[in-house]
Amino acid sequence: MPLSLQTFATVREARAALAGAGTRYLGGGTLAVRASNEGDLSFDTLVRSSDPDLRRIDVSSGEARLGASVTMASIAQHRDLAAIAPAARAIGGPAIRNMATVGGNLFAPTPYGDFAVALLALGAKVDIGTEQMDIDAFLLVRDKIDAIVSGVSFRLPADGAFRFAKASRVKPKGVSVLSIAALIDSDATGTVTGARIALGCMADRPIRAKTAEDLLVGERLTEQGVAKSVAAVSDGVRPPTDPVASEWYRREVLPVHFRRLLLR
Amino acid sequence: MAKKVPIELTLNGEEKAEFIEGGTTLLTALREKFGDTSVKGGCHQGTCGACTVLVDGELRLSCLTLAETCEGQSVETTGGLSREGLLHPLQRAFLDGFAAQCGFCTPGMIMAAKALLDHTPNPSRNEVVEALSGNICRCTGYEPIINAVLAAASANSHNAT
Repeated sequence: MPLSLQTFATVREARAALAGAGTRYLGGGTLAVRASNEGDLSFDTLVRSSDPDLRRIDVSSGEARLGASVTMASIAQHRDLAAIAPAARAIGGPAIRNMATVGGNLFAPTPYGDFAVALLALGAKVDIGTEQMDIDAFLLVRDKIDAIVSGVSFRLPADGAFRFAKASRVKPKGVSVLSIAALIDSDATGTVTGARIALGCMADRPIRAKTAEDLLVGERLTEQGVAKSVAAVSDGVRPPTDPVASEWYRREVLPVHFRRLLLR
Repeated sequence: MAKKVPIELTLNGEEKAEFIEGGTTLLTALREKFGDTSVKGGCHQGTCGACTVLVDGELRLSCLTLAETCEGQSVETTGGLSREGLLHPLQRAFLDGFAAQCGFCTPGMIMAAKALLDHTPNPSRNEVVEALSGNICRCTGYEPIINAVLAAASANSHNAT
């Protein structure tokens, strides 16, 4: 089916155009054009904004802001974003990383959206219009949001505080069996003072492993210290069965990869 | 009747202009409007990498790129690599190293390899593996392809000295 593409100079104009029936926002194309290729007839108009601010990366005073059109390749190459670069590099191959955007990743359904898993662990704020939402709340309602995400902001993690792992069957890059991101704060003795654990492919969107987080606080990252947290990491998960992996398999291997991540 | 939109771009160094249907992918435009069938359509999902091209020097999947978004840009495909009857060093290395069996993935592999060598003339084996990680081959087992890219890099390096 023919599509029309409408390009607007500002996010506001694009937002107004999206109010029309049969419209969908076009970011890097890895979701919207793919959907069109697969015969999705729910839209006949693609809307995008050429606002250069959407492609900006700003890092200052320990805070990072990524415009929604910033690509995974840009993040992976940015010298001030080295801590989260592994999550960006985990997305697809080089061509996909040149196209896939931060904004698109926030809406990517399981088994995609590994970078959103990282943003969830980082406790990012999502800019939507003039509002800012916690990413936890955003992910819960993302399918009902009728505004355009313009960017995300987060505090850059301290050295060694952010960890990311992705398991896939096709090496070195493939669709996720699962992904795990962890932001772990520790004191001078190595005792965990706070943890945010985010899981990909354990529901229809990234989720937190809150029981595992709670059980990590006050412990050290040793075999014994992480044992209770590892045992609880599967609490509440609802992994899908798809051509990549079964629900059973994902549930079984989650503690294995989580333990390795913590003891890395 | 679907609305046609004009598009102008540079394809392998030649300026091109056409009218295309709205929503036409770059892959379809290249093959059906500009007659460049060196670009292959595989999965149309961004998974296989067969349709990989360079847009303004940046690796892109033409199946997930709307042609309209390439207005005024420079597109490179394997169709434009040979010069005056001489194969590009990557094409020569793929040929000499039997790096193709069915050949369907080859154009995408070569463009992905070209993107690597354009920026990293002497890559390590791991860098080659990483550069080809978005391209799937179901025939060769990848080893001849990786070796061909390394051989092309070596030949380039040799020619430059």
